[in-house]
Amino acid sequence: MAKKVLVLGEVRDGELRNVSYEAVAAAREIAEGGEIVSVLCGESVSGLADNLIHYGADRVLVVEDEKLETYTTDGYAQALLQVIDQENPEGIVFGHTAMGKDLSPRLAAKLGSGLVSDVTGIENTGGNLIYTRPIYSGKAFEKKIITDGISFVTIRPNNIAALEKDESRSGDVTNVDVSIMDLRTIVKEIVRKTTDGVDLSEAKIIVAGGRGVKSAEGFGPLEELAEVLGAAVGASRGACDAEYCDYGLQIGQTGKVVTPDLYIACGISGAIQHLAGMSNSKIIVAINKDPEANIFNIADYGIVGDLFEVVPKLTEEFKKVLV
Amino acid sequence: MNIYVILKRTFDTEEKIAIENGKISEDGVEFIINPYDEYAVEEAIKLRDEHGGEVTVVTVGEEESDKQLRTALAMGADKAVLIDDEDVEDGDQFSTAKILAAYFEDKEVDIILGGNVAIDGASGQVGPRLAELLDIPHVTTITKLEIDGMDVKIERDVEGDVEVIETSLPVLVTAQQGLNEPRYPSLPGIMKAKKKPLEELEIDDLDLDEDEVEGKTRTLEVYLPPEKQAGKVLEGELDDQVKELVSLLRSEAKVI
Ligand SMILES: Cc1cc2nc3c(=O)[nH]c(=O)nc-3n(C[C@H](O)[C@H](O)[C@H](O)COP(=O)(O)OP(=O)(O)OC[C@H]3O[C@@H](n4cnc5c(N)ncnc54)[C@H](O)[C@@H]3O)c2cc1C
Ligand SMILES: Cc1cc2nc3c(=O)[nH]c(=O)nc-3n(C[C@H](O)[C@H](O)[C@H](O)COP(=O)(O)OP(=O)(O)OC[C@H]3O[C@@H](n4cnc5c(N)ncnc54)[C@H](O)[C@@H]3O)c2cc1C
Repeated sequence: MAKKVLVLGEVRDGELRNVSYEAVAAAREIAEGGEIVSVLCGESVSGLADNLIHYGADRVLVVEDEKLETYTTDGYAQALLQVIDQENPEGIVFGHTAMGKDLSPRLAAKLGSGLVSDVTGIENTGGNLIYTRPIYSGKAFEKKIITDGISFVTIRPNNIAALEKDESRSGDVTNVDVSIMDLRTIVKEIVRKTTDGVDLSEAKIIVAGGRGVKSAEGFGPLEELAEVLGAAVGASRGACDAEYCDYGLQIGQTGKVVTPDLYIACGISGAIQHLAGMSNSKIIVAINKDPEANIFNIADYGIVGDLFEVVPKLTEEFKKVLV
Repeated sequence: MNIYVILKRTFDTEEKIAIENGKISEDGVEFIINPYDEYAVEEAIKLRDEHGGEVTVVTVGEEESDKQLRTALAMGADKAVLIDDEDVEDGDQFSTAKILAAYFEDKEVDIILGGNVAIDGASGQVGPRLAELLDIPHVTTITKLEIDGMDVKIERDVEGDVEVIETSLPVLVTAQQGLNEPRYPSLPGIMKAKKKPLEELEIDDLDLDEDEVEGKTRTLEVYLPPEKQAGKVLEGELDDQVKELVSLLRSEAKVI
């Protein structure tokens, strides 16, 4: 049965995040031939609307308001509730990002709806939409259905492929006026800790360092490799605890969960809590001087050796072949 | 100050997962306080020590969750509440939030602290859902918390960046790693915890019907991912290994 499905487009640094295009693809699956309506909130975001259409949205609703310039739970919740009220969708898809995680449960609770979070796959079996998601930090998976209310879904970046970009697609872009009342939380300041580079959760390639990197400067060779590959830099908790890098880079049970195409672990032993954050990566490369390190048990390819020797050589070799 | 912590009992992070009769097996499994909820307990105790008042730790779960509640009491919480959910089937995060909201309905709450995510179910829904049902604001993934009168200043982690937030009590916050270093229960703490009140409630005691807490989602199946084969450790001269790796990544794995 064809359904109308909303997708929240997420803007970061003036651009749509890739996960928003993936969310459009997810919405296609859920809509079963119905309409995909993207919602863009912010201060001046209408210029991005066409991108959503090129990636598969049928229409875009633009909600512009100065109170939506930075994300706040209350501001976005109020805006979306008004949009939902106007559009009466059967489903709504978010990225499982800081914003999606913060906002979607609040809206689902308000509307008495079911929400399946952190979805990595969607299948339609005889008219039943079945959502797959990792549980126990990727040590197991579950398949779920939504039984009541508007279907709320958040999708994990990098798992559901975006549709092919098609610049010949066109669709309506409409402005929606909303009234936003008091915000109970106010964002005073945003301190940028991440480098402008690639966002960890959405990165296709991650170069990660552990305690084996030995110092903050020790991350240098990893950063150079990442630069050549267009990769993001991540870390184990070992490296974060030792203050070689910021906790924002931590991957694992109590850090970020990532599923890139390629994960290069340098000087990381492969503790179960680290694996929890990266073991579902498509290809894992381990570089470690200890041949017994557990990371080799889950790596697709391994090099036993000193990372300070191996990593720069790897960078040089990639430079040669990637020109 | 009336300080509450919502806490979930979960598998130890070291546990391997096995499936039995279509369910995750709990045989011989060690349980712990969800690691993020430990940060919440620690922060709650610090708040109480600074501002006075009382810390109450609340969990919805099986009877055995009393162990984790006792641990929280041994860390320094004052009271614990265990809401037994064993009679209800087909529950999900909606159910948990609904039950907690019913518990909080007649309480004077200044702040509720929870974890940003439970490492087993891993949805991160319960905190924000509960805040909505109680009609109070929430702030997720916090790494710093300061309270001055009714004013609350928070730092939260947003995918590695830091957001400085101002809000006011009452509020619900969820803890991110970095908020604090949870203390270990001391021996005197453990002795004292035995005498601290641990109230046990049933769903009925909260004036809730079973069908009011029925989930909005249903799990059809749980399964283990295909086991990952240990891969290829390269051999030979380092220069050759590096060349081989680059070529494998391009031609065999096709990720570059
Ligand atoms: C509740 C809980 C939650 C946790 N959450 C996380 C989490 O989210 N993420 C996480 O990562 N950890 C987490 N941990 C910690 C985890 O158990 C490990 O302690 C941590 O992952 C170890 O980090 P590491 O591999 O960098 O360090 P180590 O285990 O010390 O390993 C360092 C490795 O570097 C290698 N090495 C050293 N020098 C070199 C060199 N020159 N060249 C090549 N290799 C070298 C060594 O052989 C060794 O294998 C958690 C632990 C607990 C209890
Ligand atoms: C009546 C009932 C029946 C259930 N039946 C099933 C079932 O059949 N199958 C099944 O798989 N699950 C069942 N559950 C469990 C439920 O699906 C979730 O595991 C639970 O709601 C927590 O979700 P989560 O693990 O995603 O936690 P998150 O939403 O990720 O947890 C975030 C934070 O919320 C707080 N929190 C989470 N859970 C609790 C809790 N229980 N008590 C106090 N605070 C908490 C903690 O602070 C935690 O850090 C049932 C729950 C209830 C209440």
